[in-house]
Amino acid sequence: MNAILEMRGISKSFPGVKALRDVNLVVKAGEIHAICGENGAGKSTLMKVLSGVYPYGSYEGEIVYKGEERRFANIASSEHVGIIIIHQELALVPLLSIAENIFLGNEPATFGVIDWGAAFSRTRELLQKVGLKESPNALITNLGVGKQQLVEIAKALAKKVQLLILDEPTASLNESDSEALLNLLLEFKAQGIASILISHKLNELAKVADSITVLRDGTTVETIDCHTEKISEGRIIKSMVGREMSDRYPHREPDIGEVLFEVKDWRVEHPLHAGREVIKGVSLHVKRGEILGIAGLMGSGRTEFAMSVFGRAYGRNVTGKVFMEGREIDVSSIQKAVAGGIAYVTEDRKSLGLILNEDIKNNVTLANLPGIAWRGVIDDHKEATVASQYRGMLNIRSSSIFQKTLNLSGGNQQKVVLSKWLFAHPQVLILDEPTRGIDVGAKYEIYTIINELASTGKGVIVISSEMPELLGVCDRIYVMNEGRFVDEMPANEASQEKIMASIMKQYGAVQ
Amino acid sequence: MKHEAIATPGPEQARVRSGFWKDSLRDYGLLFSLLVIMGFFYFMTDGISLAPLNVTNLILQNSYVVIMALGMLLIIVGGNIDLSIGSIVGFVGAIAATLMVGFHLPWPDMDVKIPWQIVIPLSLLLGAAIGAAQGYFVAFSKIPSFIVTLGGMLIFRGLTGNMLLGQFVGPFPKSFQDISAGFIPDFTDFASFKPFLGDSSFHWGSMLVGIIGAVVLIYTGVRRWSRSRAQAMETEPFALFIGKNAIFALLILFFSYQLASYKGLPEVLIIMGVLTLIYAFVTTRMTIGRRIYALGGNRLAAQLSGIRTERLTFLTFVNMGLLAGLAGLIVAARLNSATPSAGQSFELDVIAACFIGGASASGGVGKVMGVVIGAFVMGVMNNGMSIYGLGIYWQMVVKGIVLLSAVYIDVYQKNKG
Repeated sequence: MNAILEMRGISKSFPGVKALRDVNLVVKAGEIHAICGENGAGKSTLMKVLSGVYPYGSYEGEIVYKGEERRFANIASSEHVGIIIIHQELALVPLLSIAENIFLGNEPATFGVIDWGAAFSRTRELLQKVGLKESPNALITNLGVGKQQLVEIAKALAKKVQLLILDEPTASLNESDSEALLNLLLEFKAQGIASILISHKLNELAKVADSITVLRDGTTVETIDCHTEKISEGRIIKSMVGREMSDRYPHREPDIGEVLFEVKDWRVEHPLHAGREVIKGVSLHVKRGEILGIAGLMGSGRTEFAMSVFGRAYGRNVTGKVFMEGREIDVSSIQKAVAGGIAYVTEDRKSLGLILNEDIKNNVTLANLPGIAWRGVIDDHKEATVASQYRGMLNIRSSSIFQKTLNLSGGNQQKVVLSKWLFAHPQVLILDEPTRGIDVGAKYEIYTIINELASTGKGVIVISSEMPELLGVCDRIYVMNEGRFVDEMPANEASQEKIMASIMKQYGAVQ
Repeated sequence: MKHEAIATPGPEQARVRSGFWKDSLRDYGLLFSLLVIMGFFYFMTDGISLAPLNVTNLILQNSYVVIMALGMLLIIVGGNIDLSIGSIVGFVGAIAATLMVGFHLPWPDMDVKIPWQIVIPLSLLLGAAIGAAQGYFVAFSKIPSFIVTLGGMLIFRGLTGNMLLGQFVGPFPKSFQDISAGFIPDFTDFASFKPFLGDSSFHWGSMLVGIIGAVVLIYTGVRRWSRSRAQAMETEPFALFIGKNAIFALLILFFSYQLASYKGLPEVLIIMGVLTLIYAFVTTRMTIGRRIYALGGNRLAAQLSGIRTERLTFLTFVNMGLLAGLAGLIVAARLNSATPSAGQSFELDVIAACFIGGASASGGVGKVMGVVIGAFVMGVMNNGMSIYGLGIYWQMVVKGIVLLSAVYIDVYQKNKG
């Protein structure tokens, strides 16, 4: 097989940082080529170079595509030759329909007059191809993330894609949607469309990839041919982090005390549709020093539950009772919830967790400004000390506490958000997808932090879509589905199969 | 691990430095532009633009722009805009004038006249109340501030016109006029100093205030600089730091010398100076200031960090209304009458001052010193172009171009990094 794409000696610098150093990438025609590496290894930067986000001249090295050297000036010029990138953050217009989105900027038109008939019939074809059963008229905002992902792919197909680049496409998908997406890639492969797949989920890569290129610190470590060599997760991880990760979850001796935090018969209605119950009578308790997991599929109501407990940040007509150390506490506003000793670390750290244009220092102290101020006047010295302390404690890799959080990698951003809530000194921390989109090394560090929190007698609640993670760090797991807790089990008795079975049981599909 | 917490010297430090240069380049660039513009008009007007009388006028004409820009900065940093302030200036001025000059009450059929000492707090309260009303719609009803304050702009301009019916209401008591036309008492005002000063009309007291101001500026600057250095915090290069403070100090000395040569320091300059210091302190050192920046930087994240974003937005509008009320009094005092068109299009100068001063239209970014310099850039241009005799319409064109280029340079620099 000959190569469809060759990137040779690519280097790219940002002010003060060398993001890529002499990276080489060869993608053969019609293969699924995976790229993995820790966060900040340069994967996304490399793809932005390829797709023309960083135009020719802003990087060194050359791109050979279909035997010709290409110098892309912008995204349009790379799309023109069939290189289509689907970013982690989807680029769809929420209030337009599927058809309008698919043909946005690419409308079948004569003299600027759109032929909607053609657009709709073509959309129907494309939707069928990607296996999405929705009307071309449906608005994007009414679709789930998984379906939106499929619309993005249909959009790529409409542009006659020949090299499809997917940047962490399954990061926000549940298992069955991920599965469907991967099968779709295999189907494309059969049709001769090559794909580049960036993902942290190593088991998925092992399933579909023909070859895997590993990046580390902006350089190519190696390219593994999956047909000549049997690959294992351990093998890839070792290559990514440059060391053997014998244990992905740090060891811990749980020291569990009496009940610390309790929620009773919690009911929440949808914020827009009054009367539609999203959380249907959930009760939960967590003990001192305990790490509690909440498992469930996307949309099962885990985040909605957590946010509604955290000062009714979600939903309306919230009912139920919350107890801290046996006393009922008022959580009717975020201020009261924080004062009551609850902290919630959001799953969406960029848009809900951080003030991106402010520095580490300001973000760390944001939830507890009175802690560094006297009568409303901030003590600069104290603030810097606090920020430095957390930066050291959580090992936030940055040039100083004055670095903007925008320029940090995902793992370090997450540590800043964690620092913010640790400094608020809560009794109970609710961590929503604490390791989403961060690399293996940083995950280990986050788990260590979680363990340390529990060892100081705090209660920790971890919400995660990654079941191995829950099994690895938690003491006890609740299984949530359709707004209810459908099962509860000690982690040492739990397994992925058992959790899935409890979810499925509700649908009456026990095997 | 501990040593990592302290910024280690080496290549990383160098990176911080270069980042610092980029960040502060804008501040210095702005100051430099102000100096260039001042020099330009000094040259074009054969020195008239910086003559003692004119420097005094510059301060008097600009004080209310600076004062309102302080409030507007908080509004813009919080991610909103206020278009109504020009109308509030007119409305508060008209109410204050009517109360002071006196009016007839149909029932119980009597003439009412209220002393200026009571009118001032009443007017400030009125301004704050108007701000509160608009803030309520923006913060709690979630109506975009552009729409709410566009409505306010029309409503209060209309009410002003209805109340005054095309007439000027005035004049005011002397003490009230002094808000805007008064000067601080000086040695020459006291007979006992006469023998020492001779017949000189130079206002030594005002000069002294200027000198003290410059010394305090340098002193606090150096203290803060060396303190941050001792804490291994990010500091600007010493030469740059000294240069900036020297320019500020020289500007203060120059202005106070020119003012002292005329009538001394205007009272309104003192109001303006004190307010500037207060707002600089609030924005950089107080929790409420920090929270406003967080609110503008990312409203949802701020909310989820336990910040009462709605209340905070509301307060920025109350504050804006209060300052607009104060500006209304100053403008009325300066004109010695209330007129239907007082304050017209002030909002544009004030908003322009904020954006020239480096505030970001998307919120979360902006500094008090930047905005004050921005206001002076506008003021010096207004003043200089008038003296030069440029037509009012060409003045608008020039101001528009300056605003656009300032923001363009900002955006360009940001994209480049």
